[in-house]
Amino acid sequence: MNAMGSLEPKLRVKAATKVYQTGSGDLLALDRCSLDIQAGEILTVVGPSGSGKTTLLWAMSGLHGLTSGEVVLDGKTIKGPNSQIGMVFQEANLLPWRNVDANIRFPFEIKGEKPDEAWIASLMHRVGLDGFGRKMPRELSGGMQQRVALVRALSFKPSVLLMDEPFGALDAFTREEMNHLVEEIYLDTRTTIVLITHSIEEAIFLGDRIVVMSARPGRIAHIHDVPFARPRSMDIMSTREVFDLTNTIKREIVGDQQSKARIAQRPAAAATPGN
Amino acid sequence: MSNSDAIPEFGKTSAGSGEVGVANMSALTAGPGINSFRDVAIIVAVAVVVIGSVEVLLNIFAVPQYVLPKPSEIAVALYTDFGFIAPHLGHTLIELFSGFGIGAVIGLILAAVITQFPFAEKIITPYILLLVTTPMLALVPLLILRFGFGYEPRIIAVALASGPMVMINAATGFRRVDSGKIALARSYGASTLQIFWKVRAPMALPMIFVGLMVGSIFGLLTAVGAEMVGGGFGLGNRLTSYSSMIQMPQFFAVVMILSTLGILIYVLFFLLGKKFASWEA
Ligand SMILES: Nc1ncnc2c1ncn2[C@@H]1O[C@H](COP(=O)(O)OP(=O)(O)OP(=O)(O)O)[C@@H](O)[C@H]1O
Ligand SMILES: [Mg+2]
Repeated sequence: MNAMGSLEPKLRVKAATKVYQTGSGDLLALDRCSLDIQAGEILTVVGPSGSGKTTLLWAMSGLHGLTSGEVVLDGKTIKGPNSQIGMVFQEANLLPWRNVDANIRFPFEIKGEKPDEAWIASLMHRVGLDGFGRKMPRELSGGMQQRVALVRALSFKPSVLLMDEPFGALDAFTREEMNHLVEEIYLDTRTTIVLITHSIEEAIFLGDRIVVMSARPGRIAHIHDVPFARPRSMDIMSTREVFDLTNTIKREIVGDQQSKARIAQRPAAAATPGN
Repeated sequence: MSNSDAIPEFGKTSAGSGEVGVANMSALTAGPGINSFRDVAIIVAVAVVVIGSVEVLLNIFAVPQYVLPKPSEIAVALYTDFGFIAPHLGHTLIELFSGFGIGAVIGLILAAVITQFPFAEKIITPYILLLVTTPMLALVPLLILRFGFGYEPRIIAVALASGPMVMINAATGFRRVDSGKIALARSYGASTLQIFWKVRAPMALPMIFVGLMVGSIFGLLTAVGAEMVGGGFGLGNRLTSYSSMIQMPQFFAVVMILSTLGILIYVLFFLLGKKFASWEA
């Protein structure tokens, strides 16, 4: 529809709605979320637990469908998993019977393609895994395993990288290291990145924009710009701007949870006198 | 349960996987590994000492041969009568291999198919448990009535004894795969078949070896038991016939052959497990 293709967003989420059928009735997990993600931006997503972040990400990846609405990648509606998209999960999800090299080649085996060895070698070097190819996953620390997962996700040169709390299981120092690594890789490749996190700090450090989701039903409550130039240093984290932004986001998340809790309590309280 | 809830569970399942199933794979693959010449030498030395002491004690107390033959007499019987026993060993092996082969293939296929359908699995599992816990030997007289005194009733009994064992362990293995790894494979566009061969099957391999080992030992027991019930051939038949004729050295020679067979089966699956499932340890 647009003559200038460059203005079209890389990834467009249109009124995404997801209802889960559960044993105790329908559950509205995502409610008409709309979002444009520009090519080459890092979008971070925060929100209370159960606000539909993973649901949204899985819809973007094509891993599961939406009840209504759609996700459009480069102008095409996503109907299933797509080679343009790389995923990193909270768990490194390495296959324990394969060594590092074989794990990284797993996507190529599934797709029936030949891996680009030079590219993989450069990624391995970039994440500091030179010489670790023959190691088995159980011989690696959590941080190293997640690095392998990162290399695996980037190995087939996706144009979009989706990450679901990728560093949630790591300690604070390793996490900081990984954040720098993601930014470095981003600056190298300009991959469009969507990263879900529970850490507001991580969301600010990595994000060009931060999406704050609201608790059930999951909606996009706020979007914040993070105006720091890259490469960023951890020093920005002690600036006034970041301090204020952190507090704003905290209030948005906590306030949302509290008001939802109050709404949830009210009908129960009203019912008591009637009994 | 949400997808995101399922992902962190991986750590738990993988940590707890060692407790799963009838026997622990780590006992098969890792265990107190016999890996040096010294270990072997000590084990052999212990055997020599034990067998030697039994020989000496039986001599000192002049235990009659029909109560307990001396190891040397058993060895002699093994040597002189082996030519006669060998065909019976052959019959037992034929029953074991064909029965176990049929049972294992059916068990593996059933386990692979059934774990794809959680509801079907829920319904069928109690019946499989029933098959596992019922001694299939009990069916042998019935099978003999129907099929006569040939191979058939024995092969069927062996298949019925080993198949469910293989199936229940393999099913445990196929079920171990966490949703995170499935999601990973799916994100690369993997088909159900690819997920089975590239994720489920390798993940299940250690438990499959446990099932094959336990199943084949069960098959051996059932084959010998079935031979004891009826029919004129097989090692089980030799046991009943030698004991009725009070040929104790020959009787124990057959017992020795059976133990060796059992140990060979164990070692075979131990080595297979070590080769293909060592990542588990
Ligand atoms: N497969 C499913 N079946 C039923 N309900 C589900 C399923 N997956 C998620 N849900 C529910 O949908 C809601 C949103 O879940 P989702 O996992 O997307 O939240 P989230 O924001 O990622 O949470 P967290 O921060 O804890 O990871 C939750 O209430 C969850 O219980
Ligand atoms: Mg989540």
